[in-house]
Amino acid sequence: MEVTVKLFATLRNGRFKTETRCYGPGTTIRQVAGELKIPLEELSLTLLNGQTALPDQELSDGDTLSLFPPVGGG
Amino acid sequence: MSSYAGKILRVNLTDGSIRHEALPPGPAGEFLGGRGLGGKMLADEIPAGIDPLGEENKIFFVTGPLTGTSAPTGGRYMVVTKSPLNNTIASSNSGGFWGAELKSAGYDMLVVEGRAKAPVYMFIRDGEVEIRPAGRLWGMTSNEVTDALLEEAGDRKARVLNIGPAGESLSRIAAVMNDRWRAAGRSGVGAVMGSKNLKAIVVRGSGKAEAAVPERFREIVNRSLRKIKENGVTGQGLPAYGTAILVNIINEHGIYPTNNFQTGVFPQAEATSGETLAEKYLKKKDPCFRCPIACGRYCSVDGEEGGGPEYETVWAYGADCGISDLKAIIRANNVCNEMGLDTISAGATIAAAMELYQRGRIRPEELDGAPELTFGNAEAIVEWTRKMGRAEGLGAKMAQGAARLCEAYGLPELAMTVKKLELPAYDPRGVVGHGLQYATANRGGCHVRGYMISPEILGSPEKLDRFSLEGKAEWVKIFQDLTAVIDSLGMCLFTSFALGAQDYADLYNAASGESLSVEELLACGDRIFNNERLFNLTEGYTARDDTLPKRLLEDPMPAGPSKGHVHPLDKMLPKYYEIRGWTPEGIPTAEKRRALRL
Repeated sequence: MEVTVKLFATLRNGRFKTETRCYGPGTTIRQVAGELKIPLEELSLTLLNGQTALPDQELSDGDTLSLFPPVGGG
Repeated sequence: MSSYAGKILRVNLTDGSIRHEALPPGPAGEFLGGRGLGGKMLADEIPAGIDPLGEENKIFFVTGPLTGTSAPTGGRYMVVTKSPLNNTIASSNSGGFWGAELKSAGYDMLVVEGRAKAPVYMFIRDGEVEIRPAGRLWGMTSNEVTDALLEEAGDRKARVLNIGPAGESLSRIAAVMNDRWRAAGRSGVGAVMGSKNLKAIVVRGSGKAEAAVPERFREIVNRSLRKIKENGVTGQGLPAYGTAILVNIINEHGIYPTNNFQTGVFPQAEATSGETLAEKYLKKKDPCFRCPIACGRYCSVDGEEGGGPEYETVWAYGADCGISDLKAIIRANNVCNEMGLDTISAGATIAAAMELYQRGRIRPEELDGAPELTFGNAEAIVEWTRKMGRAEGLGAKMAQGAARLCEAYGLPELAMTVKKLELPAYDPRGVVGHGLQYATANRGGCHVRGYMISPEILGSPEKLDRFSLEGKAEWVKIFQDLTAVIDSLGMCLFTSFALGAQDYADLYNAASGESLSVEELLACGDRIFNNERLFNLTEGYTARDDTLPKRLLEDPMPAGPSKGHVHPLDKMLPKYYEIRGWTPEGIPTAEKRRALRL
């Protein structure tokens, strides 16, 4: 299945901004982060199709996964 | 010894008198300083119903007990006055270096009263205070007047606060500028200086704010610095990308107001993001006084350089106007700083003008040949900002803000304002607590008086469901009260990503020599907030004004991750009033006032 993975801020360093990537069925957010060598504690926010998601949530074909380090401002 | 200077400088521009007064006793009369103490004195000193641009209004430049100390970010000050935009109690916060310099000169606060017959500026060097003619400075932009006054002072270390042409022409969205591009932006405070014929205030101080318990203070400062460095937001995100780091995250949640809040997703957000800004235009970081975060940007576009832009500015001139040209946004930001305009209100007013144009209310012949006011027209934002700053043609109407503009064209519902103050960069249809905060902030539609984006979007200090009403009234109240404390101490709100109420209490106590518990400190915040509420009620505000634009209450978000939602304000306000100790009509009860000694 194909999943669009979007990385933001410092998570882009040495990685990418946006990529459409192929994963096997049942792949979880935790596994994607692991594959990208992003420690879960560096992930402040995870959005799956714009909604807050948890690490063990499984991905589906056509999903958009957005990963953020701690960010703030105003 | 205490970090309060203990002294107020009061200047009357009508009769030219200059007086020194003692600061109120205790924790500065239970209002701490800054926003709190300035607000209390304003409420006590000006009669109800006066014209904010008349001689009777006063303008307070107020530091906090931590301003000028080594507390991290301890350089902030507040401009407190009656707002010419909406008659509420205005308190606009600014960083840079001017506030700390005022403290170094030996003052907690400068109060300016009356009105000079002709343009003047003030010169303060420690105890030496002069009112000097400023006729030749009138009409100058921020950089021009700063250069001229630094040369005249013969001291490059002096600090300059000023208005630009917008404040001179009494634009109700004019800012007070300091250190060239730092702004006490909101509520039209620059017009109050303009109405007094006061162009600038130059300050130079040789003193230093000393803590009451120096060793303890150093220890807590070091502890606080460690927390700020170790925190992901204040230690990494903000230093690397500035506040515009928020562009993508807010857009990804579908709450990034686009085309005057017509929708909440801006497809070109990435082109205007903090990441893009850092990659293409950032020349250096530009930190304020004693700031370990350094979110301030200094950017260069085709040889043109200046401070900023901030997240809010990138949004107001970007998504809100449908514009993805970051160069044009940076230029418009520079024009705002030169003209002395609030970037949020100026950008948001152009967005409102674009919708009026889209609907045929503003006619092409009114543009006088200037770029068309169409969403996405990058040329328009720069030129129309200049025209607003110089009060030219339609620009003069726009310089009075979105509420007055939309009213004049017969479509008041197109003004995305609360209490006439232009809303900032988060659509509350997808973040309900933040919407409650917009509706109840004492100066009107403002994001930094209880920044619910922190828990509802960013997960700090804990993650809340952004659509749930559960517990939100309580969260809004405590955020508003804590913010009132931080605003009154003289520190930057951004420290609150890393520090908690106990840290602020420890810093305050060691600096001032007081011994307030966290509960007592938060009670000061509650008192400060309620004092402002009472001021507004006296000015005729009622619960009916605690509302949001009709579009956000009635039109479901059309697309994106917040699609289908409206803001459920009527389900939230009664609970909020109850928690505040207010009647169902939004009035602080006699019991509440007694408890707060108001």
